[in-house]
Amino acid sequence: MDSVRKNKLAIVLFLFPAAALFIMIIIVPIIMSAYYSLQNWDGFSQGTFIGFDNYIELIQNKTVNFPKAFRNAGLLAVLSVFIQLPVALGLALLLARGIKGERFFVGVFFLPVLLSTVVIGHLWRRIYHLSYGIVNVGLRAIGLETFVRDWLGDPGIVLIAVFIPLLWQYVGYHMLLMYAGIKSISPELKEAAKIDGATDGQISRLIIIPLLKPILRICIIFAVTGSLKAFDIIHVLTGGGPLRASEVPSTLMVEMIFRRNRYGFGSSMAIAIIMLCFFFAVLIKTTIRTEVDSDG
Amino acid sequence: MGKRAINKINIKNIFTYGILGIWTIINLFPLYWLLTFSLKNNREIFGENVIGLPREWVWSNYTRALTIGSVGRYFFNSMFVTGVTILLTVIFATMATYALTRLVWKGRKAANNIFMLGLTVPIHAAILPIFLVLNKLEWLNSYQALFIPYTGFALTMAILICGGFMASIPRELEEAACIDGCSVYGIFFRIILPLLKPAIATISIFTYLAAWNELMFAVVFIRDKDYRTLTVGIQSLQGTFSTEWGPIGAALVIATIPTLILYIFMSKKIQESLISGAIKG
Repeated sequence: MDSVRKNKLAIVLFLFPAAALFIMIIIVPIIMSAYYSLQNWDGFSQGTFIGFDNYIELIQNKTVNFPKAFRNAGLLAVLSVFIQLPVALGLALLLARGIKGERFFVGVFFLPVLLSTVVIGHLWRRIYHLSYGIVNVGLRAIGLETFVRDWLGDPGIVLIAVFIPLLWQYVGYHMLLMYAGIKSISPELKEAAKIDGATDGQISRLIIIPLLKPILRICIIFAVTGSLKAFDIIHVLTGGGPLRASEVPSTLMVEMIFRRNRYGFGSSMAIAIIMLCFFFAVLIKTTIRTEVDSDG
Repeated sequence: MGKRAINKINIKNIFTYGILGIWTIINLFPLYWLLTFSLKNNREIFGENVIGLPREWVWSNYTRALTIGSVGRYFFNSMFVTGVTILLTVIFATMATYALTRLVWKGRKAANNIFMLGLTVPIHAAILPIFLVLNKLEWLNSYQALFIPYTGFALTMAILICGGFMASIPRELEEAACIDGCSVYGIFFRIILPLLKPAIATISIFTYLAAWNELMFAVVFIRDKDYRTLTVGIQSLQGTFSTEWGPIGAALVIATIPTLILYIFMSKKIQESLISGAIKG
């Protein structure tokens, strides 16, 4: 058996396709992006090495305004963590009580997660439509004419308007993770608490949520890094507008690279996005300690 | 006392079902609205009948989207790109996982760790370098411009999932096959691969969702109409049917049908796949 397991040719043959592709598509491009980010390069002429100037411009350039795009993504992240996740948790707690029709509700709530964000974006553009969208039609129907507005055209509210479809799509995802986590908690624990006279609310607060910490942490990391990387929904809904009010790092990066040919500067944005995702993931991981960590 | 307890349960039930019911409506109403306006004419959509069922069922929205809007073509492109991506991912990932977990060689731990790096890398990191290479090879506007990068980015998750399943296959099986004179290739293709079917299903689901719904690469790498996938193609319908919602709605529905069919037949498996993927990732 050993000779079979150590067959050098087999090892190479089995590993080669995946390894080659992985190196070509992920490893080398990251290194190249990091390298481009240190250059002043438009893609046509020879690039010149300028050190960290692109990164300095990233922070200082007021017209491109990367910090604003980052703050916008930050707002989406905050809304996700403090609105989306509590909604998901509430639904998961209700569902996991073992009610009738549990599977049906889980199935329905999870459905939007699978849909293409492009489809969802185009659908919501129409939902928000000034004259014929169901939001404004609904508001007029119940006499709240004063609230009717161009939801995606108003710089003051566009980010909230972008957040709603995100909420709509991803609540189901977080709900499913939390629901699965709650289901895996031993029922004896809940039974014991019930016998001791705990109410459903107390069981949720004192037993389920603490035990759910590892899952909640995963959800928070996904919500935050997902917001920092968000592209599809903004690209379809607003393209970053109006007046750049809904610009996020990813849309800005694609514009810099592929519309303005600022290859070096755009690459510094790509690297900044990766670093920010990485930084926040580690930050969340270390701030929210779980029992599993302290054991290890 | 007994009566009060019953009342309490009832109130709690009403509350629970009330909330779940409201969220169900919030979830399904936009989809219902999409489905109905995809079957309406402009008159009904724009005022006469905004939220009701279509009075006149305009199936021609669908035929016009498919033909004039080229959605048929985009659909085929999406199918083809997604299909090839799934196929390549499954083959490459199962083979690599076998080498990483069962074959014995120096550096396989390190190699595994390098593959796992892919979990933290967003596609942003690679988009410009891949674009430049595709440009140089004159591969922009082609199927491989999409399915090669898609496969590259799907590999990490696939290897991770596959590794989990591989661990549950007893080594004795391989040893028995070896004694019977099976070569390492025979062991992999005849013993391991058939046992990996559940892993392959999970990988396929993951890869399908990622490839079918992907937008950023598709927007940047594909300009030519002939190779547009649905996500990019739908964007261009905006121009073709600028004042008509019906055909655009039809295109959105068409783009969703394969996912919907998959979900109807394997909802449990899809949910389990995404849970296990999230927890492992």
